[in-house]
Parts: sequence; structure tokens; C-alpha cells
Amino acid sequence: MQLQCPMPKLDFDVITLGHGSGGLLTNKLLDSGVFDLLSNPILDQRHDGAFLDLKGKTAFSTDSFLVSPIFFPGGNIGELAVNGTVNDLAMCGAIPQHLSLSFILEEGLKVSEFWDILVAIKFACEQAGVQVVTGDTKVVEKGKGDKVFINTSGLGKIHPKANISASNIQPGDKIIVSGQVATHGMAIMSVREGLEFDSEIQSDTTNLNHTIISLLQDYGSDIHLLTDPTRGGVATVLKETAQSIKMGIDIFQKDIPINNQVGSACELLGLDPLYVANEGLFLAFVEGDKAEDILSTLKKDENGKHAQIIGTVTMEHPSQVILESAIGGKRVVSMLPGEQLPRIC
Amino acid sequence: MKYLSEYRDPELAKKYLEEIKNTVSRPWSIMEVCGGQTHSLVKNGIIEMLPKEITMIHGPGCPVCVTPLNLIDKAVHLALEEGVILCSFGDMLRVPGSEKSLLEAKAEGADVRILYSPLEAVKIAEDNPERQVVFFAVGFETTAPANALSVIHAHRKGLKNYSILASHVLVPPAIKAVIDDEESRIDGFLAAGHVCTIMGNTEYYPISTDYKVPIVVTGFEPLDVLQGILMVVRQLEQSKSEVENQYARIVRENGNVEAQKVIHEVFEIRNQMWRGIGEIPMSGYGVKGKYSDFDATKKYDVSIEEAPENPECISGQIMKGIKKPFECPQFGKKCKPSNPLGAPMVSSEGACAAYYHFSGLVEA
Repeated sequence: MQLQCPMPKLDFDVITLGHGSGGLLTNKLLDSGVFDLLSNPILDQRHDGAFLDLKGKTAFSTDSFLVSPIFFPGGNIGELAVNGTVNDLAMCGAIPQHLSLSFILEEGLKVSEFWDILVAIKFACEQAGVQVVTGDTKVVEKGKGDKVFINTSGLGKIHPKANISASNIQPGDKIIVSGQVATHGMAIMSVREGLEFDSEIQSDTTNLNHTIISLLQDYGSDIHLLTDPTRGGVATVLKETAQSIKMGIDIFQKDIPINNQVGSACELLGLDPLYVANEGLFLAFVEGDKAEDILSTLKKDENGKHAQIIGTVTMEHPSQVILESAIGGKRVVSMLPGEQLPRIC
Repeated sequence: MKYLSEYRDPELAKKYLEEIKNTVSRPWSIMEVCGGQTHSLVKNGIIEMLPKEITMIHGPGCPVCVTPLNLIDKAVHLALEEGVILCSFGDMLRVPGSEKSLLEAKAEGADVRILYSPLEAVKIAEDNPERQVVFFAVGFETTAPANALSVIHAHRKGLKNYSILASHVLVPPAIKAVIDDEESRIDGFLAAGHVCTIMGNTEYYPISTDYKVPIVVTGFEPLDVLQGILMVVRQLEQSKSEVENQYARIVRENGNVEAQKVIHEVFEIRNQMWRGIGEIPMSGYGVKGKYSDFDATKKYDVSIEEAPENPECISGQIMKGIKKPFECPQFGKKCKPSNPLGAPMVSSEGACAAYYHFSGLVEA
């Protein structure tokens, strides 16, 4: 579905330094429709900050977004910035409510592109049920940014049934992955200059909060840990978790869901899908004997239809993640020293 | 995944392993020449599944690992030149030069771009006529045709701003050098399937005859590697030394003749330095004189003093199979993927990095 809001008529088509000055041009830009687009009673007060009435245990998270290219198959940096923070809050067992939204724009950015990003933000907020309550816009000289950088921070109230902590993980816990791995990273890779390839791979960026909340509603404290394997992919998150809980993790390659095209693209470029970034994906460490129930509930959700149980927590090999390969061999899964780079041949 | 999942079948893998166990009667050392095979062995956990009689030795077939230090220094130097766009395959970027890697040069402001195909570099040259584009053309015979083709394309288009910094190495002389080493103890070889896809099998007949070693041209999927090992073991147990082709679904006896023509149009065989091993006679490709305008070593004054290798790195002994990575005193200590002392710790095809990541001998 193509989401659209008509762009207001403006007397400028590119962002200039003046749009970040705080003066007339800044106001022109914001008044042109930004406030209307994201309107809500708190934002509409247009104060220096947002007045919020917080009660109870609250989660707070922040993330910065710098993706190149800013428009990619399946989305753009705008919805990524909303979904990223919404999902980080959801991983805490929180119901995301309020976001801050800060832009660092590079001089020369087309206003039409900025508008498309804002529209994506609006729809992502609506889908997730969150409000942008405060924000900021700065402009840097051409060459000192990469079109748009976005920072979002978010607040959300912890769900009453949620008790999310790595310290709840026990040997025998099962690990559920909510969908196909490596999709977002390969969607970006397919349009990155110099590495382009033809594919229908679309980023899986989406908000996961409704999915998570309904799981928490049904299974509460049987869900021990939630985590989203964004940068570094599934492997990095599992390794981090194994190290923090000082227990071992066994995973099985044959059970890890991956889209055919994504898998083929990874083979072609010599990338291990376990280290490729994900967006609309989460890992859940859950009570072992409830795992099948949780999985079957999750599979009924649009965001969980490809979910699988991919592994188990064990007292063997503490702090190590061991993967059983498709042919039954075993190997250690460790963290990469840096970005995964395509191999020569 | 069609053409892949068939070669990752766990039941068939079990059968091959059984067959290898039933065939082997004494210890054998088998070298897989290509880094891609090393990667497959460790990634799939095959080494641990093999009977203890079989020792796999990881050969010099990792292009990243054998690219001379001096050439990396040259690439870094060129990348930092005003107006140059240096293009490279991904895994060359992290390889340490004597002072810095290409990744570090990039952080200092050099325009370094990762490409998947050298033809993309020609396009960048076309799109940026005011800039000089240099492609860091490394690899074995496998990448040589595409690299050569980029020169032919640039020549046809009359581009004056494209050149390659070539460091091409050849497998057959490397196998000979490995066997000729006094400390070598290799009984049989898995030859590199994709190199043979280009070059064919014929170059290997004299080696197997002269040195009395079995050579099996082998693919990269788990079942390919297992079948290749079985074929070598069968020959060894029967005291045979023949060239066999396990990867017949792709490799033809005479290889890809068109690709060979392209290689020979642009490149000529010359002596070549191999990082960690030294110079091997007639073991590399250099750009022919008629294309010297596209040869970055001729086009730019990039004479850079040879820097000494880190004396603590024993990569030469690793790549000749004399020592295993974990026999190196610095393995996993001073030398890690985040701080490699030598190239085999950089690429995931390098024996040291492969062991570090996958074998479970060390903790990350």
C-alpha cells in the first residue's frame, strides 16, 4: 500500500542551512505541515518540551537512525526511526506511548524527500499507537551528513504482566524467532551502490508492540526475555545473551526460517544470514514447556507467521552458542569483529 | 534452495562419513587448497565429524591471505591520493598493511568503495571522469576473467581514468611449492573447484604424476567436500595418484575456454610474491605491456619500501600446513580478528580466522 499525504506548496524545494536556524525558515518548514501531520494535544502545545503524566514502572529507550540509502525496498528511514524505538520499548515489555523525534538534515535534501519521510513517520506512529510529543530539527552543511539522520527516544508503560529480564532465563528455556532472518539487511544490501542485485526482497520493518503485548497478555511471566536482533543479527544477540546469563545456547540451522531469495542473496555475496541485520523481528526466551503453545499463538499473528523454535538454553558450554549445521556438524557462534564484508569468491 | 539444499542433506552426509570411516585404515593428511573449502569445513562442523585418522590441512587458497603486504601498502597509498576512488572486494578492506588497512584509510577520508563486480568499477570511472578509479584486482584464477574483462571494457570505452592494481595468484604452482617444502607432509589434495571451472583439470595431471599425489577437484557444499575427501581417501588406500573431478556438475575438463582467452588477452604469467610464503616462480598474473595504461603499478609512482612482516606471525607455516592455527603462540592471544597480526586471521576464509570463529577452541 502506498501511503500518501499531499505535500504542501512551499517556496523552497531543498533544505538549506536556514531551515535549522530556529528562525523564520525553521518555522516556515515546521508550519508547512509537520505539526499538522504529527498533531496531538501534547505536541500542539509547541512548548520547549512535552508535559507528561507518568505513573508506574516505565521503560525509556533511544536510538539513532542512519541508513543508506534513505529510501529502500519496503520502507524508508522515517518508519525505521519510529519502529526501531517502538520495538526497543516493546522488548522491555512496555506499551510504547510517547516519542521524541530529532532530525539532522543535510543541506540540499529535497523537501519532497523530507516530506515522504514525515508521512512514513506519521503512518508508523498511527500503526504503533504512539505520539510524537517533542522534536528538533538541525541542518548541517552539505557533505557533513548523509541526507538525513534521525534520533527517536521513547517512553512506554510496562505491561502489568510483563517480567522481562535475562535473569529469568533458565536451562531448558526455548528460543523462538518471530520470523524469517536477514530480510532487512539484504533488502538494504540489494540497493547499496556497487552491490546492487535484482530481487524482490523487501525490508521487514514494522512495529512489533501489538504482537508482543498480546503475547504478554496470554503468557505473562512465561516470557523471560525479549530482544530484537537488529545490528549484528541473530548470532550477535544470542552470543551477548549467552555471555550475560553465563549459560550455553544450542541452535539448529535447519530450524532457522529464511526467505529463499534472502538465503540465495546471502550465498551469492558470501554473507552469513545469522549476522545480517533484522528489523521487524524478535527473539523470545520462553519457559520450555510453554514454548509450543506460545509458538502456535505467535504463528496466528501477522508478524509471527514464520515463527520457529530455533534453540534451547543449556547448562553445557556456559557463555557459548553452539550451532548444529544442516548436516549435523557443530560449530561455535561468536561475534564478528566488525561489519560483515562480502567475500571475494 | 535449489542447487544448494541437495548438497546439504544430513542423511547423505552421514552416509559419506560412514563410507570414509569404512575406507580409511591409517592416518592421512589432506590439504583443501581453497579458502572457500576451509570455510565450508569449519562452518559446517565437518572437521570434528571426520574420523581421527584424517587430518585436514588448510592450504594457501585464500586470496586475501596471500596478497603481499607491499601491495596492500600501495593500495592504501593510492586510496589516500587526491582524487582517487579505490574500489575493492569487501574482505580486502580489513587486511592490515604495514601501517594501516584500507578500512582505516577510509576512516581518514579516502574514497574506498566495496564492489561485487569489477565491471562496476568501470561504470564508476565512466560516471566520474574527473576522478581516477583504481580497482584492487586480487584473487586466484577465478576472479581473473572478470578483472581482465574490466580492462578490456575500459579500453574499448577509451577510458583514461581506470586502472587495476593486480595481484593475481595461481593454484598449480602453489600446490607444487607446498609439496616441495621439506617440512610438508601432505598425502592428497582437494583442488579448488571454482579455479578449475575457469582453468579446467589438465594442469593437475603432471603434478599428480610427478609427485604421486591424488588430486580431487572439489566443490564447496558440505556433501561436495565430504565426497572429495572420500575420493582422496579411496585413492590413498589403493596407492593411486590420479586427478579426479568431484565437481563435475560445474567443472569441465578444459574449463571455460572463453574466460581463459580473456585472461590471456590482458594478463601474462610472472613470478609472484605470496604473503607469508615468499616468491613462487611463474605463479601470478601481471598486466601485459599492451594494457600498461590500465596497470596502476605503471600509471602511478607507487614504489613503497618493502615493510617487514610481523615476526610473530607464522602464516607461511600455517598456509603450507606445517602448523595448525592453534599451534601458533599468538593465536587467540595477541592475534585475533579484531587485531590480526597476519592475513589468515582476517578473511573468514583464512585458516586462523575460520578456526577462531567456528572451532570453539577459543572464546571470543
